[in-house]
Amino acid sequence: MAFLTDRKRAEYRGSSRTGTEHLWGQTISAVGLAVLIPLFVLTFGGALGGTYEEVLAYYQRPFPAIVAAMTITVSMIHFRHGIQVVIEDYTRGLQKKFLIILCTCIAYAIAATGLFALARIAL
Amino acid sequence: MADDNRGNRPLSPHLTIYRPQLTSVTSIFARITGVALLGAAFLVVWWFLAAATGPEYFATVNGLMTSMFGDLVMFAALWAVCYHFLSGLRHLYWDTGRGLEVDVAEKMAMGVIVGSGVLTILIALIV
Repeated sequence: MAFLTDRKRAEYRGSSRTGTEHLWGQTISAVGLAVLIPLFVLTFGGALGGTYEEVLAYYQRPFPAIVAAMTITVSMIHFRHGIQVVIEDYTRGLQKKFLIILCTCIAYAIAATGLFALARIAL
Repeated sequence: MADDNRGNRPLSPHLTIYRPQLTSVTSIFARITGVALLGAAFLVVWWFLAAATGPEYFATVNGLMTSMFGDLVMFAALWAVCYHFLSGLRHLYWDTGRGLEVDVAEKMAMGVIVGSGVLTILIALIV
């Protein structure tokens, strides 16, 4: 470390050391969700309140099922990166690492469960 | 020269020090709604899993989600998603370097507050 100048350490990367990659990732998923969320809210809102048979028939159709699958996947990726920033703001050290790993696991577990359920309904 | 305080810097933000402003409060709510929406995602995925499992389990979960309390939770989740959505659009606009003047930012903050309420009621009436 002593051999690196302050400028060399900071150049292009900022204090987070990963530059703007995290923000750019959040921007991509945010734009994706800006399209997906209205579609999902309207399709899911329409399906909620139906009978068991109606719900199954509705989510066997490609459009609502694909919208739901994409929304669950992209929103959980967005959540995983968003919650990371929240954790980094309020905790540090081992607690920070533990919470980031835990929240990442929760996000992917929810995404996997949602996709499994949708696949089982559709097939 | 080198920063000797690595890894032990003060944490942000110091909420107790600053006077609440329209812009800071709307930003804090964007964070709160974002975290809270994990709960909504959990409920939605649970509902899908119940539908995939069978009619009895679906009846239980669906009954919970469409009960009086479930409706209330879903309405709150709808508002949270509308708020986070509009607030997110505001951030995407800021990311282009526009709208960062205080008066414009405060107008957009009001837009997010009023817009999320209007959008929530509108969607709740449609679906």
